[in-house]
Amino acid sequence: MNTKETVLNILADLTGSDVSNSMDENLFETGLLDSMGTVQLLLQLQTELGIMAPVSEFERSEWDTPNKIIAKVEAMQ
Amino acid sequence: MLSLTPYENPMYFGMLAVAFIPIVVGILWGKRFRWYELLVSIGFILLSFGGPKWEQGVALVGFLIFEVILVSLYNVYRKKKNDTWVFVIAVLLAISPLVVVKLTPLMSGTPSIIGFLGISYLTFKAVQTVMEIRDGVLKDYNPWFFLQFMAFFPSISSGPIDRYRRFRKDYESVPDREKYLNMLEKALHYVFLGFVYKFMLAYLFGTILLPKVQHLAVQSTGLSWGLVGVMYVYSFYLFFDFAGYSLFAVATSYFMGIETPMNFNQPFKSKNIKEFWNRWHMTLSFWFRDYVYMRLVFFFMKHKIFKNPKTTANITYVLNMLLMGFWHGEKWYYIVYGLIHGVALVINDWWLNLKKKNPDRFPHNKFTEYLAIFITFNFVCFTFLVFSGFLDTLWFH
Repeated sequence: MNTKETVLNILADLTGSDVSNSMDENLFETGLLDSMGTVQLLLQLQTELGIMAPVSEFERSEWDTPNKIIAKVEAMQ
Repeated sequence: MLSLTPYENPMYFGMLAVAFIPIVVGILWGKRFRWYELLVSIGFILLSFGGPKWEQGVALVGFLIFEVILVSLYNVYRKKKNDTWVFVIAVLLAISPLVVVKLTPLMSGTPSIIGFLGISYLTFKAVQTVMEIRDGVLKDYNPWFFLQFMAFFPSISSGPIDRYRRFRKDYESVPDREKYLNMLEKALHYVFLGFVYKFMLAYLFGTILLPKVQHLAVQSTGLSWGLVGVMYVYSFYLFFDFAGYSLFAVATSYFMGIETPMNFNQPFKSKNIKEFWNRWHMTLSFWFRDYVYMRLVFFFMKHKIFKNPKTTANITYVLNMLLMGFWHGEKWYYIVYGLIHGVALVINDWWLNLKKKNPDRFPHNKFTEYLAIFITFNFVCFTFLVFSGFLDTLWFH
């Protein structure tokens, strides 16, 4: 599985909906993600991809769509 | 010596306007006169903390020296090692002056000599900087810059609470002329809106109406129309007073080419309590979200303290809001205020989840939206009545 698929899987798990058709949708505005979901996302990224993203790294405006999250994760790999 | 509380009287605004002329002209021509900005900052800090308030001024300077040394030492340490206990001690030391200031009146009945207007807001800035150094995102921490971030005079007394990296981005650059003109236009708008909020509406609600409804309310100890009046009048007073102040602080920053974040975004039209906290005193609630809530959740989840994520979220909501209550002050009504909001967030999440799972069971239309706004507004006003401390006066004094 590549990074994109892994991230999308994690997001599907967390939000309970498939986001692969709405890659530029703002996940916070639609209520799919919140602070709790964010922390779960960071922890999942750590276990599944070995990415250590501390909470300080998380700036909402840089992580608010599936595309942006994938870009962030790829940059941190 | 002349002494003025920030943004309280026309003279203060007049002095700001004069002092800002060189800064505005400079930025319009792409230049920041650092030494002059520094002079203006020191001047306005002296204006607020000098003269008859010199004791507060000494406390402020002592506090700043203490925090700069502490955070700088932690930064030196963090470059070599990263033990959790050192981090915890650094955070505890960073908040220790605030704890002393909050607890002294309880113990001795008199205010602490190390207290000054704005200590709780400056403590937030220091703690968040320690946390970001720990996380390794502030690799180029600079003590001199940190001092200027802490002592940025437009927001020194009551926020908005800015962030180190965000502030540095603005501080180290000069906005281009088009952007700066846009900021000036906004700043002027905010100043005039602030005048309307603070000197007209907050005056109307707080100085004219509030004593009248309070007088009515104290005629009886139970529920009365007077008490209902206090609830709404105080809520509007609180909003217009604080939102007005925040507009001044943001506008003043804009003149200096710094985009200090906004504190309020039409909070009374929130459809639920979670949305309310995304619109009310935003820099405070985002601070608690990022530096308390998310970090506690991260800790609890990582160490699997609670069985499921929902329990973790709920317990952390209550802890988070309780801490916010304690931060406001060690009075029963501040703590109850925090507790009510924590529980409200739990109920709100449960309700939103129920609605999401049963989309057909609950209607959703314009009417239910207005109903949601109405309920949220009234609930919030009730919590502000608790927050105001008026019930304490009514029942126990």
